[in-house]
Amino acid sequence: MKIRILSMFLTVALLTVPLVACGKTAETDSFDGIYEDEEYVETDEDVVVVGFSQIGAESDWRKVNTESMKETFANAEGYELIVDDAQQKQSNQITAIRRFIQQEVDYIVLAPVTEDGWDTVLGEARDAHIPVIIVDRMVDANNSLFTCWVGSDFLLESKKVTSWMNKYFTMQGIDGSEINIANIQGTYGASSQIGRTSGLSQAVRDNGWNFLGAECGEYTQARGREIMAQFLNKYRDINVVYCENDNEAFGAIEAIEAAGRKAGNNIKDGEIMVVSFDGVSDEALDKAGEGKIACIGECNPLHGPRVLEIIENLEAGITPNKFEYVDESIYSGEDRITTISVDGQSYYVTVLNK
Amino acid sequence: MTKKLKNMTDTNLLLTITIVVFFLMYIGAIVFQGKGFLKPQTFFNILNANAALIILSCGMSLVMITGGIDISVGGVTALVSMCCAVYLDYKGGNVVGSLFIALGIGLAFGLVQGFLVAYLDIQPFIVSLAGMFFARGMTTIVNTNPFNVANEEFVALKETRVIIPGLGSVNKLGKYVNAYVEIGVVVAIIIVILMFIVLRWTKLGRSFYAVGGNKQSALMLGINVKRTKFLSHVICSLLAGIGGYVYFLHVGSGAASHAAGAEMNAIASSIIGGTMLTGGVGNIAGTFFGVLSLSTIQNIVSSAGLDQAWWTGITIAAMLCLFLVIQSVVMSRKNAAMKK
Repeated sequence: MKIRILSMFLTVALLTVPLVACGKTAETDSFDGIYEDEEYVETDEDVVVVGFSQIGAESDWRKVNTESMKETFANAEGYELIVDDAQQKQSNQITAIRRFIQQEVDYIVLAPVTEDGWDTVLGEARDAHIPVIIVDRMVDANNSLFTCWVGSDFLLESKKVTSWMNKYFTMQGIDGSEINIANIQGTYGASSQIGRTSGLSQAVRDNGWNFLGAECGEYTQARGREIMAQFLNKYRDINVVYCENDNEAFGAIEAIEAAGRKAGNNIKDGEIMVVSFDGVSDEALDKAGEGKIACIGECNPLHGPRVLEIIENLEAGITPNKFEYVDESIYSGEDRITTISVDGQSYYVTVLNK
Repeated sequence: MTKKLKNMTDTNLLLTITIVVFFLMYIGAIVFQGKGFLKPQTFFNILNANAALIILSCGMSLVMITGGIDISVGGVTALVSMCCAVYLDYKGGNVVGSLFIALGIGLAFGLVQGFLVAYLDIQPFIVSLAGMFFARGMTTIVNTNPFNVANEEFVALKETRVIIPGLGSVNKLGKYVNAYVEIGVVVAIIIVILMFIVLRWTKLGRSFYAVGGNKQSALMLGINVKRTKFLSHVICSLLAGIGGYVYFLHVGSGAASHAAGAEMNAIASSIIGGTMLTGGVGNIAGTFFGVLSLSTIQNIVSSAGLDQAWWTGITIAAMLCLFLVIQSVVMSRKNAAMKK
């Protein structure tokens, strides 16, 4: 009689163990055995554990960004990185940070999905004395809640691109009033969206362009295509589209070509000019070289080395700067514009060959 | 012993399995993942992050026991969050008012869906599918942009922590930190207990099982089948309203993408908890442990540093299969034993 009960429990136990074990093997496999099994989970005293809460894998930029972090920490001696993919949800990121705190990681790196709503959980990290490094987008929280921030100056990126556009239009003798521009925006509330959108509205005001309208493209190709198709129906005289990342631009180009139009710089001949940001994938740079994308404001995703440098400094007791900007360029296939100037400062344009 | 096993109802048998598996899994996590899981706060964090899912799953189990399904609960959650957020921040409302909005939305969905399912005899899946699309669509109409609520009264409630005495832990600086849960967890526990009592010890509770087990017999027993079905949907949606508010209390923001896929997680939790899709079998305590099992799996996957989100999905799928196999094996064994 007892045997039956016993066998029932055994079945349950036997079926559960491989499941746990399965997760175990897979984890060592996927990291090519960088971590020596148990030693890794025991969080050794001399290994610096870094928890990285990444937003997701929505764009090429994001993928390169995650890769940069993983590669840097895999090659660095005495570090291990725990990456958490939040699938675009802030609640997942908050859960991940709480888990890092319970795991007692040494550093938390956060790529926040939105700017606000971080006070509570960052306060918890501070109480646990775990330094938090924010990357990419900004958080709208008291400066004492995080150690430092690494990322891009999104407003500057935008100013560079709009200044390039202005220079190009002047060169072609196109008056500002002939420019009909629409905006495919990024994820609402993200720093990149806020910076890039406000840069555009400044330029529209300063140069007297006609602003047709804006829609949120969520940084994805599918949405970019959908919105551009709407724009083409709604605004017959549209001649410039301002996309806030490359994936949206790819979608926009698809929609333009599907409508039998052409994406290019020659707006006098009915082409539609596409400008965008990021410039991380070969596809984007190729498109810029071909002239399908007129100009790309670079957004540097290689945060890994910079973050590692900051952590090494912190380990050595050196306080880093609160805000660290990464260097960024601007790409175009148009070889007649080699420099642009923003707020009195001049920047080189990286000219791509066809 | 065999007698005991034979006498155990299907519901209790499946419940036992769920609880055993959960504990085995948690012990496994402690053994394989190390000290993080030993801390009580890790467990409480699982509760904090899943209080809303527990409430949603209670409602889901109820309709599943009655033989139906409701996939609109995730949409209702998003709609409740967005309406409350807009009411609190843009309309200058107060917390009590927002609570009534949440309950009102839940009740409205329950009344309409329950009526369509019970009295017009439409498939519950189709009705709640329409409900889901409607709720998601309405959320976007109410407000497109996601935003965080700044209302002070609300933020104070959101930040309220219920300290659990004696279960704190020492952090790496040697400071003692109290263990806590959020208000939502208290609400969830109360609802689990209430639902447990209703289903186990009241006439209404038993009639849910009867309707789900065999409609014809239930009818012959003099149970008002239509009314019972109607009520199950009303309660489920009402719980979705409450769950939505608890979710809102946890995230503190309104967004159209909130609680995406929550209905599927609720169904998965109910199944892991021993509720059968065919109706008539299930237990709220099991559902509670079902949610815990599901989120423990997620926790194990992410603490192991498996950054790919699909790992979670694959593990949950494996676990669902495992539970379904266990359930059917155990049930058939038991049936065979009964025949002897």
